[in-house]
Amino acid sequence: MKHYSAFAVAREALRNHTGWERAWASPEPKKKYDVIIVGAGGHGLATAYYLGKNFGITNVAVLEKGWLGGGNTGRNTTIIRSNYLQDPSAAIYEKARSLYETLSQELNYNIMFSPRGVMMLAQTQAEVRGYERTAHANVLQGVKTEYIGPQRVKQLVPIINIDGPRYPVLGAIWQARGGTARHDAVAWGYARACSDMGMHIIQKCEVTGIKQTGGKVTGVNTTRGTIGCDKLGVVVAGHSGHLADMAGFRLPIESVSLQALVSEPIKPCMDVVVMANTVHGYMSQSDKGEMVIGGGTDGYNNYTQRGAFHHIEETVRALVETFPMVARLKMLRQWGGIVDVTGDRSPILSKTPVDGMFVNCGWGTGGFKAIPGSGWGFAELMAKGHSPLTEAFGLNRFYEGRFIDESVAAGVAH
Amino acid sequence: MSTRLANGGRLLDRGRRVDFTFNGKRMNGYAGDTIASALLANDQMMVGRSFKYHRPRGVVASGAEEPNGLVGMGTGAHFEPNQRVTTTELYDGLTATSQNHWPSLEFDVGAINTSLARFLPAGFYYKMFIHPRPFWKHVYEPIIRKSAGLGKAPDQRDPDTYEHFYAFCDVLVIGGGVAGLQAARTAATTGAKVMLIEQTAHWGGRAPVDGGTIGGQPVGTFVDDLVAELSAMDNVTMRNRTMGAGVYDHGYVLGYERVGDHQPEAQGPRHRLWRIRAAQIVTATGAIERPLSFAGNDVPGVMLASAVRDYVVDFGVSVGDRTVVVTNNDDAYRTAITLKKVGLDVPAILDARVTGQDSPLMAEAKSLGIQVLLGRGISSVKGVKRVTGVDVCSQSGEGAVLEEIPCDVVAMSGGWSPVVHLWSHCGGKLVWDEATSAFRPDVTRAPTGARGEAFVVPAGAANGALLLGDVLSDATSAGIAAAKAAGHEGTAPSALDVEKIKEAPMAPVWMMPQGAGIKKRQKAWLDYQNDVKVSDIQLAAREGYESVEHAKRYTTLGMATDQGKLSNINGLAILSDSLGQPIPQTGTTTFRPPYTPISMAAITGEARDERFQPLRQTPIHEWHVSNGAFFEPVGHWRRPYTYQKPGETIDQAVSREVKATRASLGMLDASTLGKLVVKGKDAGKFLDMLYTNVMSSLKPGRCRYGLMCGENGFLSDDGVVARIDEDSFLCHTTTGGAERIHAHMEEWLQTEWWDWDVYVANVTEQYAQIAVVGPHARDTLAKLTDDDISAEALPFMAWKDITLGGMQARAYRISFSGELSYEIAVKASEGRALWDALLAAGSTFNVTPYGTEALHIMRAEKGFIMIGDETDGTVIPQDLGLNWAISKKKEDYIGKRAQARSHMTDPARWKLVGLETLDGSVLPDGAYATAVGTNANGQRETQGRVTSTYHSPTLERGIAMGLVLNGPDRMGEVLEFPRLDGAVIRAKIVDAVFFDKDGEKQNV
Amino acid sequence: MLILTCPCCGVTGEETEFHGGGEAHLKRFGPGSTDSEFHDYLFSKVNPMGVHLERWRHNNGCGKWFHAARDTVTLEVYGSYPAQTLEPPQSVKDAITAKRPGWSWREFA
Repeated sequence: MKHYSAFAVAREALRNHTGWERAWASPEPKKKYDVIIVGAGGHGLATAYYLGKNFGITNVAVLEKGWLGGGNTGRNTTIIRSNYLQDPSAAIYEKARSLYETLSQELNYNIMFSPRGVMMLAQTQAEVRGYERTAHANVLQGVKTEYIGPQRVKQLVPIINIDGPRYPVLGAIWQARGGTARHDAVAWGYARACSDMGMHIIQKCEVTGIKQTGGKVTGVNTTRGTIGCDKLGVVVAGHSGHLADMAGFRLPIESVSLQALVSEPIKPCMDVVVMANTVHGYMSQSDKGEMVIGGGTDGYNNYTQRGAFHHIEETVRALVETFPMVARLKMLRQWGGIVDVTGDRSPILSKTPVDGMFVNCGWGTGGFKAIPGSGWGFAELMAKGHSPLTEAFGLNRFYEGRFIDESVAAGVAH
Repeated sequence: MSTRLANGGRLLDRGRRVDFTFNGKRMNGYAGDTIASALLANDQMMVGRSFKYHRPRGVVASGAEEPNGLVGMGTGAHFEPNQRVTTTELYDGLTATSQNHWPSLEFDVGAINTSLARFLPAGFYYKMFIHPRPFWKHVYEPIIRKSAGLGKAPDQRDPDTYEHFYAFCDVLVIGGGVAGLQAARTAATTGAKVMLIEQTAHWGGRAPVDGGTIGGQPVGTFVDDLVAELSAMDNVTMRNRTMGAGVYDHGYVLGYERVGDHQPEAQGPRHRLWRIRAAQIVTATGAIERPLSFAGNDVPGVMLASAVRDYVVDFGVSVGDRTVVVTNNDDAYRTAITLKKVGLDVPAILDARVTGQDSPLMAEAKSLGIQVLLGRGISSVKGVKRVTGVDVCSQSGEGAVLEEIPCDVVAMSGGWSPVVHLWSHCGGKLVWDEATSAFRPDVTRAPTGARGEAFVVPAGAANGALLLGDVLSDATSAGIAAAKAAGHEGTAPSALDVEKIKEAPMAPVWMMPQGAGIKKRQKAWLDYQNDVKVSDIQLAAREGYESVEHAKRYTTLGMATDQGKLSNINGLAILSDSLGQPIPQTGTTTFRPPYTPISMAAITGEARDERFQPLRQTPIHEWHVSNGAFFEPVGHWRRPYTYQKPGETIDQAVSREVKATRASLGMLDASTLGKLVVKGKDAGKFLDMLYTNVMSSLKPGRCRYGLMCGENGFLSDDGVVARIDEDSFLCHTTTGGAERIHAHMEEWLQTEWWDWDVYVANVTEQYAQIAVVGPHARDTLAKLTDDDISAEALPFMAWKDITLGGMQARAYRISFSGELSYEIAVKASEGRALWDALLAAGSTFNVTPYGTEALHIMRAEKGFIMIGDETDGTVIPQDLGLNWAISKKKEDYIGKRAQARSHMTDPARWKLVGLETLDGSVLPDGAYATAVGTNANGQRETQGRVTSTYHSPTLERGIAMGLVLNGPDRMGEVLEFPRLDGAVIRAKIVDAVFFDKDGEKQNV
Repeated sequence: MLILTCPCCGVTGEETEFHGGGEAHLKRFGPGSTDSEFHDYLFSKVNPMGVHLERWRHNNGCGKWFHAARDTVTLEVYGSYPAQTLEPPQSVKDAITAKRPGWSWREFA
């Protein structure tokens, strides 16, 4: 693999960039691999990468029905934070965040992790208490956050309106080392590193069936033929239910549409990420200058990667209320993704009823930020059969009533 | 130079001069001008700088596809960045400023990037800026952010107004060109209700510019007649300046009307968002001309051939004195002919094709004396801030210069692409048309609606019909088809007699010359705004970014504010060529709304500031406002948190309210509490399923506190239930819970126990409810009633209908404070009167209205739980020591099965206790009690947490409740709670009831 | 923005008038059921790519719950019917079969 650096770019410039190699190979599938990962999104590729890096397992294929990074990895609003309330969530998201810190150097691919800070506004008394609680939990979890007052909010985000009239800003939980990254680059960087380890990334290869013998997985049928494996990791977000169905079991998952939008690019005006849960909107400014805005999900099962306009309307209203200057920007593009939502809205990283088959799904609206941690933990689970990072996220929790509910910090109105 | 011609300009009103400024320079134009045409008339060719290399940029197009001409408009609070000069109408006093340069448009320091361009190819930032690690955030990223971005950010609150309109029609026609007009007329003659919207201020689209005759008349006359005819039809609504922004599921369309952009002084909204429901949608959205890729095709003065023509015909503007036309099709000849006819110089038409026979347009050009050079292309364009000439080469070669032609404009045409955006928004599929080298709608795979029906019909150029006669016949069929699908049968009118001009086939030429070397490809632009060149796409393909989405994202092709209207197909062609596969196999990127950017303010409409969300107020709200209430939002309600007296802090006010209530008399507006009437033969049985305890045994006239769980077992709401009579109950819910619990009840009644005889009504807003609390509560009521409200007649947990101050009232003797307390309900319309009467009656007892914070403190002093504090969606009633309110006898209630799961019966669950700091201080909200060691993930072990914590004015110390591991068995043990500042507070586990443990105060 | 028809009041309205309620025809498992039965009742979702029988409430209208047969990929609504049924009426099944021969959803086909 050709090393990426300013020097390499300069050297290539002298020969008009004709010497660059493929970032990842495009091999024909082999008959069999030790491990097959279905889904070449961020989570799938990160899993493959850490299987190789941490466990020396490199006879791995990552199968992708479309193009790598083309699902929710390339459709989200790129927020990275780990200021979660519950211990298992904080552990995996903080692992991810800390891996993001050095990911560019590790992958030799600039994923543009920008620890610009993430702020979640408290606009009701219930939210104040919820975020104070989160701040206390974070201290004990080793997650660096602080609870800040409205004046500090205004200082960090001069374009914000803290005075209401409907929902004045009462405070915020602030994670200074949260931020954003370039979403496509995360998938591309992992793909390049996986390919470099000799793993096969096979695009345009759709899984059509899961082969089992005596309750143990033996391979998959695909649009490019049957491919054998000893272990199978299914990392396909909204389509997880579909693959589980092929293997003969159901998941506590529903697939719904989540929408986002960007404004036209403008010069830098906001240096941090702001999330406002009471009014349902969040916003950051990309390095290109677009305001990147996300909102709520549809209330029904949907596989169209589209959504209804009234969600966009609700989100934009919330943003205009929070940042009045947004009114005079224009919406450039809106899009949708299919997110997989579980019974407690926390992810599933688990063994399944089929021996040798594992699932990593249910990240819902917040998967991007978890990619490195999810890959790290899921690779450990697949390689060793257990991982402290994924322990709490098993399918058994739904039988036991042991939920990981993060919505609690948002509070319930009294 | 570019200049205004002495004559012409079909859209101009030359009688009305309009003054405006560009970068502070005073200029003038005419009514009817766009900013673009007025700038060109003032010889202002350069309008901005590109995104990445800061190269000089001039106007390229004449419509919505313009990638370069973006300016900041207006000043102060009216400032708006990124306004497109080609679609913004000129008005008197307009101020425009160019963007993305420093210090000036003419001299931009950022243009250094142009010299560095070879070091900044596609995706360079993925390969650089990796080391040292902190530099990305602190050095590289700030520099990149500053040089990226386009316009300045607005910094003030928007003073303009915006609104939403709703419209419903059988057939919505999007696009008011000849195709749209014809489709609308055809559909309207069937009797269908038709709406026709057009993004510009004019009807007829570009057909009047392109010429030809219909029924022997010029196109312009045909358009005028058609507009007049449609305007007179009752079943037709027409709106210009209204763009079809997006097509959504089941036939929902957004229209974006720019009502005030061209008349900023006028009254009324600036933008109007139309939310249109149409049974059928006709997309008559026309086509967009494609540029050609050759070295230097981004130099100001290189324009689309159609745009050059538009500026002459529509605005009487000559873009330059000498125009070289370069093309792969016949249509660009119209530009040459037009220019020649107004007396401008066209030194040559460079036609990449090698054709055998002259088409009529070629013959006409030649007859006007224009030199036509076949098989020729542009080797490179001369000039930096303005074209000075072109080097001509053979299209089939590698660019050897055959001759240099001096000129100041290059008019290019790479063929036309149908505008398929709106067709595609909702899933319409495309097919590749070899003849025009373009994607057009695949009408066999249209977007489908609620019944599975196709609901979009493309018409005219948007459907790939490019010649006038074909456009009109296609539009006629589309109008008939759409009307029919919407339920209106009609027959197609007889075909129009359209002048037929045969055109020679175009040639699929994307790059010039065919064998252009790398040096030329590095200067051949695809995306003008984002600076993506042919070489960038080729680099992406070479590096394995082979999917069209990868190539787009890696190079940023088509991601600029024009969303690739000019660049996508060309980029796709280059990518396909690099991969050695046909274009349709490469596919397209996804078309997403809006068609062109729409203002956030229009999306917001009137829902701003006070009208942001509905606001719910109690009948007593006005009194709260005029008596110093500090409000807190609770759902859509606003409740007084406390009533501040002059000079008081919030804490002092709360403390005063608690003390006065405990000492004598307090009053709370409790109207927001949910009130649900549950009635019917099976009402008792139903409530037994809903609540964890038994309600069916409650006697009429009595009240009982109840807990409600979800099917998942978690506590979701609580409140007092009063039995009104044998078959009716009144259930109180929390303020935030009324609608939720009502829906919960309806859900179970309608979907599970639909054979039970129960009816539920939410009467929350029908009653005002006031809590009268404190040792003098009864004395106060007694002043206003003759009814017997003695302890015997109205004991604790009973209710009674009484007459109070002349009003019919229901008095519930319940208490959330531990005091002698009544909640009095009256008709909502009498709420304020009751409040005033109680204030007057209580005046001798120092009556003190109190807010939600005093309410919270008093309940915490008594150890009462609060939904949302002690519960958070993960807590079950058993955790809160509420087993007394969970029936052991009942076979079933909602949540019972869930509570039998292993984790919920785990003895190690955290349970509710009181917490008392050793030093009397107040525990912080949300603090955790630490335990020894760390878990497998290195997190500190915990053994409990604070759920409610207050300074008790009554006890004059901190009190708290919390959930603690085995808490009730550990009374007296001391736990450690770290504060956020690192200090540790020690607190003793105690009983959760801090005040009046025996309940003597409420049982009097 | 979906359009749905409420079979109770007959109104055809936009998605914003309605509230989605997930899978229809769930059988409730209460006390006495096994962990597995109870888990499947609460959490095991069909989540199909295709025909989905689901619950809706006309919450900004008549307030009634009803069922709809809808395709999660094409968003076509094959029909809606009252919630007080144990299986979709034959007319709705026929409407689905006409468009999606061989469909199935849990025990229905």
